[in-house]
Amino acid sequence: MDTAYSATHRPETFREETFRGDFSYANSPENIRHFPFPFHEDQYRYSVNIEPHVPGRPGSAFEHLIDVDEHYVAEMADRAQVLAEDPLRYQALPHMMLAQWDTLELLMEEQARAYPHLFTLERNGDRWRWINRPLGIDDSFTFGDPSTLPREPLDYICRQTQGDIALMDQRDGNLWLDAGMITAQADWSLDFDVGMNFHEWHAPVPLAPQMGVFDRALKYLLNLQLGKPVRRLNWTMTINPRLDTSPENYPKWGPDRTTVTPDNVGQKVHLRVELQSLWRLPRSNGMLFVIRSYMMRMDEVVTVPKWGRRLPRVLETLPQELAEYKGLSRYRQTTIDWLKRHDDGAPTSPGIFPD
Amino acid sequence: MMGDLQMRVTALHDEAAGVRRVRLEPVEGGPLPAFSGGAHVVVAMQDGAVIRRNPYSLCCDPEDRTGYEIAVARAAASRGGSAYIHERLGIGEVLTVGAPTNLFQPDWRAKKHILVAGGIGITPFVAMMAQFARAGLAFELHYAVRSRAAAAFAGVLQDRYGPRVKIYAADEGARLPLAALVENQPLGTHLYTCGPERLMEAVLDTARAAGWPDQALHSEHFMAPPPGDPFTVTLAGSGREVAVGPDQSLLEALEAAGLSPRYLCRGGVCGECATKVVELRGTILHGDHFLTPEERAESRTIMICMSRFSGDRLVLDL
Repeated sequence: MDTAYSATHRPETFREETFRGDFSYANSPENIRHFPFPFHEDQYRYSVNIEPHVPGRPGSAFEHLIDVDEHYVAEMADRAQVLAEDPLRYQALPHMMLAQWDTLELLMEEQARAYPHLFTLERNGDRWRWINRPLGIDDSFTFGDPSTLPREPLDYICRQTQGDIALMDQRDGNLWLDAGMITAQADWSLDFDVGMNFHEWHAPVPLAPQMGVFDRALKYLLNLQLGKPVRRLNWTMTINPRLDTSPENYPKWGPDRTTVTPDNVGQKVHLRVELQSLWRLPRSNGMLFVIRSYMMRMDEVVTVPKWGRRLPRVLETLPQELAEYKGLSRYRQTTIDWLKRHDDGAPTSPGIFPD
Repeated sequence: MMGDLQMRVTALHDEAAGVRRVRLEPVEGGPLPAFSGGAHVVVAMQDGAVIRRNPYSLCCDPEDRTGYEIAVARAAASRGGSAYIHERLGIGEVLTVGAPTNLFQPDWRAKKHILVAGGIGITPFVAMMAQFARAGLAFELHYAVRSRAAAAFAGVLQDRYGPRVKIYAADEGARLPLAALVENQPLGTHLYTCGPERLMEAVLDTARAAGWPDQALHSEHFMAPPPGDPFTVTLAGSGREVAVGPDQSLLEALEAAGLSPRYLCRGGVCGECATKVVELRGTILHGDHFLTPEERAESRTIMICMSRFSGDRLVLDL
């Protein structure tokens, strides 16, 4: 293990960059090695791949349970812009207020614990003070009293947390998507899905329902325990580093998929990984679902030789239905051909981390 | 992060005749996680050579982050846990307590919450009411007891919530006015009941007969494994045989034999301990509230926390 990688993840500076227009988003060499590469072997295999969400390898995206990286400030600016253009990206049904407070507490505690140089939470009974240095926020409020915050608690804390957030209510043996802030989604819509139950909002996923995957996953999640969050990785590909690939904005990003050529794969095609974590909430008994997206362009992927070898091998074994569902059919082969130039055929080591 | 907690007994209090309240505070210091009304914890007690693991509802304010409280009724035919807590548990003793788990949570959409308790079934409602009051939600408690002397928490709840708490003492001839309770409630009212099985059945039947939808009815069963005739179970993996005693659950017998089966509620509700039946010559005596009638009839699965067996041979996928 090299020293840069084994060092703890401690973001000090934040990139000035965009996720639209000139697309100046890029990863520093340290942040490339921080990336949660999702493939642990050279072929694609569907699995629910849920594991305990416990602190992982230092320097990786798994080191802290709520990960903050060099894109934090720029992502929060992009989120604010999405919300200004489309306020329905934040919704919370009235019965979710207790779950909102649960979420605010959890996200403040986790971020302050992991990054004390960036965030401070002072608690004195119900009187709380929250300091967010990267965003220049210093607010005092009464926990449990929404009138003491400038916005609803969930709205407030989601504007200060990387990743999309969904809150689920548990009742009638099911989970109901009853609140959330979704601004960086891989082609799904909170406005469309809000109020749906677990089976309803997963209905479009191919193959998995026939395998009984969702019945088993739901049973598992209904018994998720307080203090024992779980995580899984999901992935897709995005053309240009655009966070907001929502159905609402399809006309803006859908056509991008026709622009991939053998010459621009390295710049345009991005591996997009969601580190999804699920947490039982204490007061509401609801569930917090954090969908933290990471993007890395092909030029960056191949700077890690193991990943450059593995990614084309995985893409070749992806079933066509899943390629369609993920929206990569049109440029899959072009991307594989480009990546193959970086695959010398050497064997790869097991696991997801760089050698 | 929270797994099992080591918690010290810091107070023991007789809440009513035959009901002992136990306050537990973390050995490592606080703050504890908040929890939701209706949640229980599994408490592990070292009683001589036996480890007893029993689920108890938390009956304190979920915002009190310094300690958790449970209240335990003295059972006439105690399997051991109740007698241990009443006779041998002392202040200063350290117990292992699991994370709060809730299988009886309020429906937060409710316009009004009606709580119907019988006897020691009051415990989950103590925490629920603290949450309702803090959030400004409409609620009322109807509490049936043998006598006022046996009515745990009655005084403190009346002090806190005034006329929202109604006590019905059998020795004074008072009875739960069930029919009146379920009549003319506002649309969106939810009803919760916890207590003896007969009381809960009466509550639920009355509400259903009055046209209440099942989604608005919630109940929590007392969660003690039933005693029964001893039997033997065979483990498919090793071929080993484990004897289950008359006052022992199958899960407890497996734990005593050194196995660590998965569990959460230990009361037949959550489904976590579902175990595949590999071979069955005899009858599974299903004691859970999780399997459907069809699944019970098929008996391909057994909930080892509550169910027993009668017959020649039971082989489980363990």
